[in-house]
Amino acid sequence: MNQTESFLRILPEVILTVTGVVVMMIEAVLPRASSRKPLGWMAILGVLAALYASLRQALLVPGTAYSGLIQTDAFSVFFHVLICGIVLVTLLVALDSLQGAVDNQGEFFALVAFGAVGMLLMTTASELLLVFIGLEISSISTYIMAGLRKRAAKGPEAAIKYFLLGSFATAFFLYGVALIFGATGTTNIASLASLLPQSQTPVFALVGLAMILIGIGFKVSAAPFQVWTPDVYEGAPPATVGLMSTAPKAAAFAFLLRILYGAFPAYHVHWVPLIWIMAALSMTVGNLGALRQQNVKRMLAYSSIAHAGYLLVAFAALSADGVAAASFYAASYAAMNVGVFAVISHVGGREEKIVTVGDYRGLAYRSPLLGGMLAFFLISLIGIPFTGGFFGKFYVFSAALHSGLVWLAILGLFNSGIAAFYYLRLLTSAYSKPSETQPMESIARVTPALLVALLLTVVATLILGIVPNQVLGSAKAGAITFYPDASNANAIAVKH
Amino acid sequence: MNDSILTWITLLPAAGAVVVALLPRRGQVIQWFTLLVMLATLGLALHLPAHFVPGQGGFQFEVNRAWIASPNIHYHLGVDGISVWLVVLTAFLGPLAVFASWKAIATRTKEFYFLLLLQWTAMIGVFVSLDLFLYYGFWELSLVPMAIAIAMFGRDRGPQAALKFFVYTFLPSALFLVAILWLYAKTGSFDFVVLQQALASGNLGATPQALTWVALAFLVAFAVKVPVFPLHGWLGDVISEAPTGMAMVVAGKLGLYSILRFNLGLFPAQAKQFAPWMIALAVIGLLYGALVALVQKDLKRLAAYSTMSGLSFCTLGIFSFAIAGIDGSIYQILSHEISGSALLVLLGILYERFGTYDIASYGGLAAKMPRYATLFVVTSLSLIGWPILNGFVGEFLVLSSSYGVHAGWGAAATIGVILSAAYMLWMVQRVFYGPTSSLVAGKGSPDLLFREAIALWPVAVLMFIMGVASPAWIRLIDPTVTALVGTIERAPSPSSFPRTVAAQTIPGGEKR
Repeated sequence: MNQTESFLRILPEVILTVTGVVVMMIEAVLPRASSRKPLGWMAILGVLAALYASLRQALLVPGTAYSGLIQTDAFSVFFHVLICGIVLVTLLVALDSLQGAVDNQGEFFALVAFGAVGMLLMTTASELLLVFIGLEISSISTYIMAGLRKRAAKGPEAAIKYFLLGSFATAFFLYGVALIFGATGTTNIASLASLLPQSQTPVFALVGLAMILIGIGFKVSAAPFQVWTPDVYEGAPPATVGLMSTAPKAAAFAFLLRILYGAFPAYHVHWVPLIWIMAALSMTVGNLGALRQQNVKRMLAYSSIAHAGYLLVAFAALSADGVAAASFYAASYAAMNVGVFAVISHVGGREEKIVTVGDYRGLAYRSPLLGGMLAFFLISLIGIPFTGGFFGKFYVFSAALHSGLVWLAILGLFNSGIAAFYYLRLLTSAYSKPSETQPMESIARVTPALLVALLLTVVATLILGIVPNQVLGSAKAGAITFYPDASNANAIAVKH
Repeated sequence: MNDSILTWITLLPAAGAVVVALLPRRGQVIQWFTLLVMLATLGLALHLPAHFVPGQGGFQFEVNRAWIASPNIHYHLGVDGISVWLVVLTAFLGPLAVFASWKAIATRTKEFYFLLLLQWTAMIGVFVSLDLFLYYGFWELSLVPMAIAIAMFGRDRGPQAALKFFVYTFLPSALFLVAILWLYAKTGSFDFVVLQQALASGNLGATPQALTWVALAFLVAFAVKVPVFPLHGWLGDVISEAPTGMAMVVAGKLGLYSILRFNLGLFPAQAKQFAPWMIALAVIGLLYGALVALVQKDLKRLAAYSTMSGLSFCTLGIFSFAIAGIDGSIYQILSHEISGSALLVLLGILYERFGTYDIASYGGLAAKMPRYATLFVVTSLSLIGWPILNGFVGEFLVLSSSYGVHAGWGAAATIGVILSAAYMLWMVQRVFYGPTSSLVAGKGSPDLLFREAIALWPVAVLMFIMGVASPAWIRLIDPTVTALVGTIERAPSPSSFPRTVAAQTIPGGEKR
């Protein structure tokens, strides 16, 4: 294994770390009054470089580096590109919207870069301890991001809540890792699959897996570990909620796929029921919870719980199609959700005056552009054809049906019917005539950076909805990591 | 030309919508442009019946290209005798919808015409798609512009009506999607023709019960859109709230066409199973709609329930499984959409003049607006199925074949005809005759304007032509329907289903 190739395998992480450090150091010496925008642009450049480095990894032969600590393959590249894309759009949105809204905007840019490092590590690590480190890096930066608005009453509350519960979750995760190590003598995901059958105490390994499921379940806000989500999303600055609800989750889901399909496929009898229950609960709790919300951010928080549920449906499918569907879903959810939060963060403005569904009344009249964008993303979230949201659900549910999970698929589709109701409530509100009694809050002009961010997400959502072949192809290439013999796309086989 | 004509007809309105989004909001540029696009679409659509070869069998003007590799989705379009006139009808209603919105939509014209054009693409797409996936795409897409337009341009309760409409139609559509996916899992194809053959061969490896559920999921999704009683809860609100241009096309043809194409085309045996229920529901809906229309105080609500009643005739005809009945149903869809739309446009004109749909506020209008009254009466007569007008042909064919299926239901349906005459004529009497009301007397409102006459007289003339020259239309419809009825007759009848057979062979009589 030559040194350059090993280095290439962690290059994206290195680039982002350097970016974060540089941004933070410059932030410290910049005069207080000066604009932090150039720092944002620096971070964007760093992310673009990391994106390029990730794409470059696709040309390498899949393999491990640094004593098997990390593994790059088509699967990790898929999630690398996805996470870099999300971070890029988030930075574009934050360039203007966070100015003046939070103290220390420069810190924010550094945090985003560091957080991304953690997330990238999670998707590429083949060692449970490295996953833990990645998880902590990404979590700590999101905890801080949630509390960036120190002056807003709900900001610190959200951050504390997030931090306390998140620490419990990572503790569970770490205990789980310890139990697995105790049972098998290894924390390497790849060796686990072969060592598990020889273990004297496989039940400890399974308890360990259950604990890891709890930890990850918390991170992706899957029921019954979802309670923190609405409060945290409500308190955090909207630009960061778009990030929080997509990138760390994509990373966590990627890791979950790796451990379930890479290390524990032989024990699927034990974990599939758990996933089944989590999926069914998340969809139902999320959607029913969202129905009752008036606050738009809370509503979208509940909806993100539901989306985690849809994604978990694909996990239960136990097939290459299921893995590909889960990856695709993560991508399509990211495109539309980052987009919708970009709109919401801009409409809400610095002081977040427009928060409830009722406040959105007449938005489409005041700003046809923002109204149209909001409508588009909501339509995608509902899952109307020709948008990414549709194909995301489509692949998930067809993978489930293929594997005989008819009831889970029906439950899922019934849930998307319920979901349509609350998304539409927001949509119709935005498209209702503005009332004369209610004074209109002014909406700031759409800045070029925001416009670029919105266009990126719209185009991504459309590409995923009209010509999904390319992305699905990459997702399938990733799935082959777990199903080497499944180059035939429809093969349904569980490794034993 | 023949292989790209359907693509042109389908996508022209959508392309127009994109242009509308870019046009400046100045003067009436957007209106004129939309009208132009709609007329061009109509021009292209007229190419279809002119070059359609009746009795050729299968689909014509077909285009079939691979689109998405996984799942195996094709861009497959085509029309047969069932859909060819529906495409023309939709294109024909386009200019009328623009006209109906010309003055009614005064602000946000860009948004409105954008949605209108998008809606037209979705509807035409539904009629021409032969790939189930593509079809589902257009089907769902047809909800979106409609819902947004109702919310944005409806009367005061528009947003609620939009929400009701969307949820009503979206929920069953989700089940419908499961059914499509299930079929795909069994066959590996979304193609209508492939699926039809696979289902007819019976080699799916599926139990009859499973097929019944799948067919039911299809049927419910379509029945809501018709609407079939008791799934009509959205109709009254939506038609009375929606802007006229959209209200014209909200009910009827999409759902009825889909029942014909998929429930009869893909699941003939299951359709036979459902037929007694559907006939009963159709007759109930027919009478219920007519009775509710009879007591309406609001003109638009009356129009809504008359729509429900009129469309129930079509459901009745479809499930008679007789050639004449299905021919009549399709004819009734065409003529009801034309006359029903004309009625809504006429009511819209009345609203522009007097600002209310309240029947009690009117009276003696005939003396003041004689030319308007003439058109109104012609339209009403067409809707109640007056001979030599278009409504008669379909109604007659449907009723005569429903007697053949079950005389009792046929007789009940005939009562519906009488009721429809009662509510329409009573409405005409209250609005146009009798003492002149203060509202009508108080306003110096003009009779039919030149612009309005230009739009509506051709429609009235068409009602006459369709009333006397029905073979011109039926000629294209009939061969396809004949083939369809043939497959239905060949399909196993409900009694030969294993479950039913089992129920019959259980010696219930011996136990007694």
